[in-house]
Amino acid sequence: MRLIKKGAEANLYLSELNGKPVLIKRRVEKSYRLGTLDRKLRSYRTIHEAQLIHEAKSAGVPTPIIYLVDEESFTIVMEYIVGERLKEIFNKPFKRSHVNSSRLIGKQVALLHRQNIIHGDLTTSNMILTEDGKLYFIDFGLGYHSNALEDRGVDLYLLKRALTSTHHRVANRCFKLVLEGYKTVLKKDGELVTLKIREIERRGRYHGERM
Amino acid sequence: MLCLGIESTAHTFGIAVASESGEILSDVRAVYKPPTGSGIHPREAAQHHVQIAPKILQEALRKASVRAEEVNAVAFSMGPGLGPVLRVGATVARALSLHLKKPLIPVHHAIGHIEIAALTTGLRDPLTVIVSGGHTAIVAFSNGYWRVFGETEDITLGNLLDALARKLGYPSPGGEKIEELAEKGGKYIDLPYTVKGNDVAYSGLLTAAVKKLKESAEVEDVCFSVQEIAFAMLVEATERSLAHLEKKELMLTGGVAANRRLQAMFKEISREHNAVFKVVDRRFTADCGAQIAWTGILAYKAGVILNVSESAVKPRWRIDQVPIPWRGDGICV
Repeated sequence: MRLIKKGAEANLYLSELNGKPVLIKRRVEKSYRLGTLDRKLRSYRTIHEAQLIHEAKSAGVPTPIIYLVDEESFTIVMEYIVGERLKEIFNKPFKRSHVNSSRLIGKQVALLHRQNIIHGDLTTSNMILTEDGKLYFIDFGLGYHSNALEDRGVDLYLLKRALTSTHHRVANRCFKLVLEGYKTVLKKDGELVTLKIREIERRGRYHGERM
Repeated sequence: MLCLGIESTAHTFGIAVASESGEILSDVRAVYKPPTGSGIHPREAAQHHVQIAPKILQEALRKASVRAEEVNAVAFSMGPGLGPVLRVGATVARALSLHLKKPLIPVHHAIGHIEIAALTTGLRDPLTVIVSGGHTAIVAFSNGYWRVFGETEDITLGNLLDALARKLGYPSPGGEKIEELAEKGGKYIDLPYTVKGNDVAYSGLLTAAVKKLKESAEVEDVCFSVQEIAFAMLVEATERSLAHLEKKELMLTGGVAANRRLQAMFKEISREHNAVFKVVDRRFTADCGAQIAWTGILAYKAGVILNVSESAVKPRWRIDQVPIPWRGDGICV
């Protein structure tokens, strides 16, 4: 078992199960917060993440296979996905792969939303593109169930902000394509959610449009 | 060179004189106190500022041992903030600029919080958390702008603490009082914890806390739990950004930065991620002229100068809309 990444809320280890590489995600104790709150959050997220990863697959979105969930140690053992993080791809100058990936993101987010799954943390760090062109969504720790337009809107709004903050050179073009892809699955809702995103932005602090 | 900076966005009217080498030669302020139990009234705050302005100006110059004519530039907080209050600062700044024939420099209030923190901590490229009455945002500099990685989707951390203090009958700003009460509490009360990606939302927490007070939960325990939950939310969102950006410096600034519990929590995550953690000098946590005067120096040297005719205040000026020519290209993420 080798530590490969110290994430914000979990340690990721690479290990082997029946000769196959597996990823072990362990939500570690956060000493900055109260024990009661810490355990509650870790246990809730571990269970929900495993469930949502599984459901996302039935919705048609590539996610890692779950092998084992251990609530006691806040651990999920899952398939190890080999590919390039979208964060790296989007940091390069705009080209064809941005167009395809952006549309695919939008399509897959809509597939989730259609099954009432909200990812909750759509960033380019949480998407992996494999060699055969599959886009894996990972990290469903902040995910939940909802069919509310508001929750769908926030899901996409967070993605928009993740793009503008981390990939400002390509953000606007990419997000437009994300919405295009979204509308190929959810046509009418796609229009509504676009309006909703604007509303959420205006509700935030210091948006000129609000006046 | 010397820059005179005028802060006037909310409760505080402050004037300071800063030098090019980063010395704050004077920093004088007066704080409008609304009647206990009520929030800031923009018009009354503006009247307070109008009345106090001449005295603050004289004091600032006297303490700096500087004559008005020796000042090289006049900076003011152009936004964001309350319109009537912003206009007081802007009017004083325009008058001084025209009278002294010295350039007028626009400063974004939150950029002021960042730059005074950078000056006093010596950090160069920090992931920065701004916590005040007007802002709760996680920002990092990249390619000419401070980019927002996470922020509140409704009220700020300062709003939350002030509103809770008002409910308990204490004057605003009430963060210090809440901290004092929280230190006496210790029983954890379950309240909504809302993190959305790198964003937080506090209005649900406020509503639930007020409800608990009505149900006669112990005041100290409510304050304790509100702090624990509200801070943990922001620290979690910050840790996500820290891991995402892999920054090696973490900086805390703004009025709520004075809170010791919040500082301790940020210290923990910076240790986890091998980042240096520093907090703005305690003298400059709250709104002050110094943050405007020093940012004014940086802006002036980078050629940011305003015509009086273009100096209308911007009550809703977003931090990520402000070009920052003095920080170069910055590190690209």
